[in-house]
Amino acid sequence: MAHDTTFHDAHSDHEHHAPPTVFGFWVYLMTDCIIFGTLFAVFATFRNQYAGGPTGKELFEISGLAMETALLLVSSITYGFGMIAAHKGAIRSVQLWLAITFLLGLGFVGLEINEFAHLIGEGAGPDRSAFLSAFFTLVSTHGLHVSCGLIWIVTLVVQLSRVTEISERMMNKLTMLSLFWHFLDIVWICVFSFVYLGSMI
Amino acid sequence: MLGRLSFADIPVDVPILVGTFAGVAVIGIAVLALITYYGKWGYLWKEWFTSVDHKRLAVMYIVLALVALARGFADAIMMRTQLALAYAGNPGYLPPHHYDQIFSAHGTIMIFFLAMAFMTGLFNLVVPLQIGARDVAFPFLNNLSFWMTAIAFILINISLFIGEFSQCGWLAYPPLSETQFSPGVGVDYYIWAVQLSGVGTLLTGVNFFVTIVKMRAPGMTWMKVPVFTWTAFCACVLIMVAFPVLTVVLGMLGLDRYLGMHFFTNDGGGNQMLYLSLIWTWGHPEVYILILPAFGVFSEVVPTFSRKPLFGYATMVYATCAIMVLSFLVWLHHFFTMGAGADVNAFFGIATMVISIPTGVKLFNWLFTMYKGRVEFHATMYWAVGFMITFTIGGMTGVMMAIPAADFVLHNSLFLIAHFHNVIIGGVYFGYVCGMNYWFPKALGFKLNEAWGKAAFWFWFVGFYVAFMPLYVLGFDGMTRRLNHYDNPAWHPWLLIAEVGAVLVFCGIACQVIQLYVSIRDRNLPQNVDVTGDPWNARSLEWSTSSPPPIYNFAITPHVHDLDAFMHDKENGIDTRGAGGPYAPIHMPKNTAAGFMVGAFSLVLGFAAIWYIWWLAAIGLIGVFATVIIRSANQDVDYYIPAEEVARIENEHSRKLMVQAAE
Repeated sequence: MAHDTTFHDAHSDHEHHAPPTVFGFWVYLMTDCIIFGTLFAVFATFRNQYAGGPTGKELFEISGLAMETALLLVSSITYGFGMIAAHKGAIRSVQLWLAITFLLGLGFVGLEINEFAHLIGEGAGPDRSAFLSAFFTLVSTHGLHVSCGLIWIVTLVVQLSRVTEISERMMNKLTMLSLFWHFLDIVWICVFSFVYLGSMI
Repeated sequence: MLGRLSFADIPVDVPILVGTFAGVAVIGIAVLALITYYGKWGYLWKEWFTSVDHKRLAVMYIVLALVALARGFADAIMMRTQLALAYAGNPGYLPPHHYDQIFSAHGTIMIFFLAMAFMTGLFNLVVPLQIGARDVAFPFLNNLSFWMTAIAFILINISLFIGEFSQCGWLAYPPLSETQFSPGVGVDYYIWAVQLSGVGTLLTGVNFFVTIVKMRAPGMTWMKVPVFTWTAFCACVLIMVAFPVLTVVLGMLGLDRYLGMHFFTNDGGGNQMLYLSLIWTWGHPEVYILILPAFGVFSEVVPTFSRKPLFGYATMVYATCAIMVLSFLVWLHHFFTMGAGADVNAFFGIATMVISIPTGVKLFNWLFTMYKGRVEFHATMYWAVGFMITFTIGGMTGVMMAIPAADFVLHNSLFLIAHFHNVIIGGVYFGYVCGMNYWFPKALGFKLNEAWGKAAFWFWFVGFYVAFMPLYVLGFDGMTRRLNHYDNPAWHPWLLIAEVGAVLVFCGIACQVIQLYVSIRDRNLPQNVDVTGDPWNARSLEWSTSSPPPIYNFAITPHVHDLDAFMHDKENGIDTRGAGGPYAPIHMPKNTAAGFMVGAFSLVLGFAAIWYIWWLAAIGLIGVFATVIIRSANQDVDYYIPAEEVARIENEHSRKLMVQAAE
């Protein structure tokens, strides 16, 4: 892995050392994890604060959720294939897998926006009750992260189209986006379990 | 077109603000004119604003902190003057609407823009040098962090002249800070300024954490890391854990205000106590983020000027780590009066008192370091000893308030105000100024004037006691914080004394300004120039390189053999610099305007969002993303300094050293 060589470089005198970018990004993701952790705690606090409004049991539908979850989980796998291709240096293949990942992610965001529009149309928007404020904030924070990931994917696909080989810096970027994407997958599993299933049971 | 912004929002009817604006405008135009006259814009832009060099960023951070001190102190002395006057029917000169903005701005500025910027400046100046690194792990992010902090400070100052600032105190408790009770832009200014500076702080935390973990010189195992770097490390861990919580809680307050959500509102199932709990989950670690590096400064200064190794290095490290962990277990003591019940309050009361144990360990370590040392009473030692006395008193009043039953009486009284100024001025501020006096020659190549430094200390030290000891008394006498005027004749004399104290502190700040002026004026006098790079015969690696250090810090990466690496080398005749080479080309990052651009677009975004100018906010947001994407595609981000150039710089320094030794 790229960052392993970086680590050894840091201990040699004359060799320049590339910054430990991937490690740094992983540390940053842990701070992101605390943002989500706090939002989960807030949701737990407000999970019964319906203020006379609709409950989760009345609002959430399992079918759309299953679709969203499937899209995101599969997109993690396709990204994984992209990384395998990157390690082989197959640029076109990386771009193809990233494009598939992008479409799956886009589908996820589209379904989420659709769900939100549906809820707001029913009068169950984020300003209805503390429960819904917490729900919308947590889920849309995840959705905004996925959207940023989509922009990032496009950026890297474009950058990849301008190079002939995958440099160490490009590999670092792909690895960081990979960490980001899988991280969002894990967060979604928690959202799905605690927010949706927890409210429906 | 301009959202809710109109000419009526410019406070031309408040004479104090018009006067301030005139003053700021005159000074601002004078500075800009001088820069233009001397043709320094290109120099400032190329060498400073776009610099990714941690040493340059350190200077910019500390300049920012000192400007913030001027603003924050102006607020402070206005409040003290108001309370000295506004007694027995006299309304004073500040109406509540204005006074409330002043105390909110004072706290916000002093914590986020004086203390945090000063601390980050010291991190930047010292940490890479102390661990033998050539820069931080992410130099571009370091520049970006600075600009996020700087534009947030600009944003908060814009609120002086366009609109208003928050009137809800420095933590903007709901429901007062909700739209229902604060419909104006004040709280929005507060939220955006703190959020934007929070981005900078979080990136700083990640950056220095990675730097310390990954970039220590060979041989510097964890128990050979200097104590200042240890405290910076622990502060970074606290930043990374605590600041995301602040981001979330202020984000939720913003969602309440912008989208009508119900996190902290009175209706809709909201819960204000959740805000208190979350903001103090950040807020209590925050005070340790500030104080730990101050402890680190003293742990460098006291051994240097006692001519002894630090007493109990290992216990110092363990105590720092213990405080780091414990700081997350005490946040509830900020709201004992919430009514969480006796068991919960007892737990947090005891946890709070437990923190005094590792802190006491540190204090005894510094005392034992001085014991039987050849203590030189340099100006930095004045601040250090003044700190030990003052901080001990502040710590003891903290333990008093850690008793829940006592806190029910003292909560939100002036006793609390006296306590936290006691630890923040006597601990954090004394520590950072001590550090500034200590490392100043390293940053700029000449020493600060000692006589004025000592004068500054005495005014600050005496001024602090005169200003804040009366507040302890007033707290016992039942005076609550944030009062605009009062009728109790028993309070008045104490508030007059406190006003005198504020004037003394003003003299202290004036002495610091004169100290800077005199030092810069006399910078070329032989006794002031730091030729060797080691003016204090100090112990750690930052003193082994020249002052100011070359852009690459170390021509040859130092090898660490012992704790106090540089002292070990000096005592054993090892040349830490490796003078004479052979030198290799050095890989360095290039300066970049991207950090400045992201900062500028963020300022546009924040200002536009405050005033509901949505098209402008969109431009700001797109600008931020576009800059980051363009920067990410840029391949031309680094360069090599050729070995010959390195040799030339190093030989020049060696020659100066020989001339100095010959004299």
